[in-house]
Amino acid sequence: MSCFTPHCARRAVALKPRLRFLRRWQSTATPEAAGHLPSVATSKLLRPTRDEALRTPGIRWADEDNSGPVRTIVGGRETRKMNTYQSIRDALSLALMKDDTAVIFGEDVAFGGVFRCTMGLAEEFGRERVFNTPLSEQGIVGFGIGIAAMGHTPIVEIQFADYIYPAFDQIVNEAAKFRYRSGGQYNVGGLTIRCPTMSVGHGGLYHSQSPEGFFMGAPGLKVVIPRSPIQAKGLLLASIRDPNPVIFMEPKILYRSAVEQVPIDDFELPVGRADTLVRGSDLTLLTWGTPLYHCETALHMLASPPPGLDKHVPESLRNAKIELIDLRTILPWDVEAVVESVIRTGRLVIVHEAGLTAGVGAEIAATVQKKCFLKLEAPVRRITGWDTPVPLQYEKFYIPDALRIMDAIVETLKY
Amino acid sequence: MATLARLRPILARQTPFRVAARALQTSAATTQPLDNPSKSEPFQVKLHEDSFHTYRLDAGPELEVEVSKDMLITMYQQMTTMRRMEMAADALYKAKLIRGFCHLAIGQEAISVGLEHAITPQDLVITAYRCHPFAVMRGGTIKGVLSELLGRQAGMSNGKGGSMHIFTPNFFGGNGIVGAQVPVGAGLAFAAKYMEKPIAAFSMYGDGASNQGQVFEAYNMAKLWNLPCVFVCENNKYGMGTSAERSSSNTQYFTRGDKIPGLQVNGMDIIAVLQACRFAKDWVVKGNGPLVMEFVTYRYGGHSMSDPGTTYRTREEIQRMRSTQDPIRGLQHYIEQWGLAPEEDLKRMDKAAKAEVDAAVEEAKASPEPKIEDLWTDVYYKGTEPPFMRGREREEVHYY
Repeated sequence: MSCFTPHCARRAVALKPRLRFLRRWQSTATPEAAGHLPSVATSKLLRPTRDEALRTPGIRWADEDNSGPVRTIVGGRETRKMNTYQSIRDALSLALMKDDTAVIFGEDVAFGGVFRCTMGLAEEFGRERVFNTPLSEQGIVGFGIGIAAMGHTPIVEIQFADYIYPAFDQIVNEAAKFRYRSGGQYNVGGLTIRCPTMSVGHGGLYHSQSPEGFFMGAPGLKVVIPRSPIQAKGLLLASIRDPNPVIFMEPKILYRSAVEQVPIDDFELPVGRADTLVRGSDLTLLTWGTPLYHCETALHMLASPPPGLDKHVPESLRNAKIELIDLRTILPWDVEAVVESVIRTGRLVIVHEAGLTAGVGAEIAATVQKKCFLKLEAPVRRITGWDTPVPLQYEKFYIPDALRIMDAIVETLKY
Repeated sequence: MATLARLRPILARQTPFRVAARALQTSAATTQPLDNPSKSEPFQVKLHEDSFHTYRLDAGPELEVEVSKDMLITMYQQMTTMRRMEMAADALYKAKLIRGFCHLAIGQEAISVGLEHAITPQDLVITAYRCHPFAVMRGGTIKGVLSELLGRQAGMSNGKGGSMHIFTPNFFGGNGIVGAQVPVGAGLAFAAKYMEKPIAAFSMYGDGASNQGQVFEAYNMAKLWNLPCVFVCENNKYGMGTSAERSSSNTQYFTRGDKIPGLQVNGMDIIAVLQACRFAKDWVVKGNGPLVMEFVTYRYGGHSMSDPGTTYRTREEIQRMRSTQDPIRGLQHYIEQWGLAPEEDLKRMDKAAKAEVDAAVEEAKASPEPKIEDLWTDVYYKGTEPPFMRGREREEVHYY
């Protein structure tokens, strides 16, 4: 699993009556779905220059006094071109360097892990601090909780988010509740659980799931999902130092494909805060992780529909101003930012890879309809995976792609 | 299947360990003094030769144990008080003042008290839900425990945990999920080793939890990394309502660590418990890696308050255990036989224990319930909470 080959895109057969127009389009369209549109590599959401990288909103330098307001200081800071796994490795290295009690363990992490996120750390920091574990997720997390209960900083890797379920009890019953049930005497705030998440195009049932929603009902936990190398580094360092246990889910397809100039210094980005990437006034498009790039593509499609698609996108909607928000933290999620946005736009489309039923979108939709009821111009739409396991052969049609997202935007705007 | 059937006798013969043919001695009063017990100086006693069984250990604990009058008297006083406390909890529960779940350790007092006398306050202990005596022995108070059971502010977790969630410094709590504390205990041991501290982590569980998968995960990691972890199985013979024989293919719990050495101990004789815990601490602190230690003990009550404890075993069995193997009566027998203190002194201690517990009950009852605002604290670290948390209705939304 150490590298992903571009998968063979298959011609669509319409999956649902809901996507009738998609079938018509497929019968006439020439390009492969998503093949002709901006990919992650050319995404405008990424920050390919030093200047842009250093001006990342909300950035807080660990070597500065951060008690004052957030400032953007560009001078004297360096950046380096990194993809996501390199930036995560960079963050882990800083965490180990600055905290003697920080240890990293998980399956195969000592020689880099399947995604290379811990490459060279064992050699650099010693095998007492970066070590392999047996294949026992429940034991690994329980073990991490014990270390964290001693005030240390265990950084645990679960090889795939799909393998986190054996550890569900330890995470929900022990980690999340430790502080509360001891009346504040103990906590496992030092615990961070890293795991690769979301689809890769060919991961199938056990390598492409998005289990973030399962942890939503576990107060005491935090769940963070970054979208890019800069975000991954800043959010991971913040998660490691957050005084609560954090599950840090890394979209695995972005490990190699997302590349940015990443500041080499120690910095953090705020946990619990959404990030508005594109300002808009007509509709709020909310997502996190990999689908952000599909959303970006959908916005391009909406503004300038490719041939064959243009008749399905009314002219009047092509100039719609869509606000794109990266939620970043799933628990506790930034209610304030989302509600503020929806009150302005009156419309909300939520996109996530996990299935529809009781997904994170359900919780957000419920809260938004309560808090924005009189401002809503259309029902909250959720574009998600289907309520099936992630299929191997049709994974491409399981995950919400740009076309489905655009369709939802058009329908919501027309409502 | 025929092949398998032929194989079976061979496999049985090749069992890698041999459990001593003789049964473990579980009587509470079989220890003999070697010299004349002194009232002021420590003296030697000799445990029954079947007080311990070993597995993959070249030598188990010495049978000759040094004890002193003061220590034995203190142990008696503590065990009596612990039993009184659990009886008070029983009464409070039946009076509907304690609600929810409540698991009592009546009959198992020798383990919590004996362990504490063998280790230092710096050693680490984590156990399951039968945790009340450990909480007191590890630095808590009777009032703190009973208040917690009653859900009052004076409780050791401020009334927010309840029976299974009581902590002190270096006592990492009772834990409500069967077996979940065992890998956590291995993690504690790792931290101790990482800091190069000469301390041991005692990760405790029952015979029921011993069949949980994560117990074996923890065994493996602890042995793999040679952690100073003592896995302590309190075998009270019933996991909830199922006897060990009906739940476990191997009821010799001390042999279940595969490559980890094991020690089976008479958990009803507090002197055997003391000696075993001293041995265990010494074993792991010297860098020998983990140890699986099984205490054979017995609970007189049901699994929890909702279990009368008589549907899966006979009243005669409980009565027989109480009358022949009770750890407190066993120690009382030593004290009286060895002339350390007259019966009247012990009776006075019994009365004092009852008075102490009664006073704690009153204090606990007088403590107020947690404030409504406390419902929202300790979920996240102060200052890092979400902006608000919902209650049952609109008015109950709490804004941080």
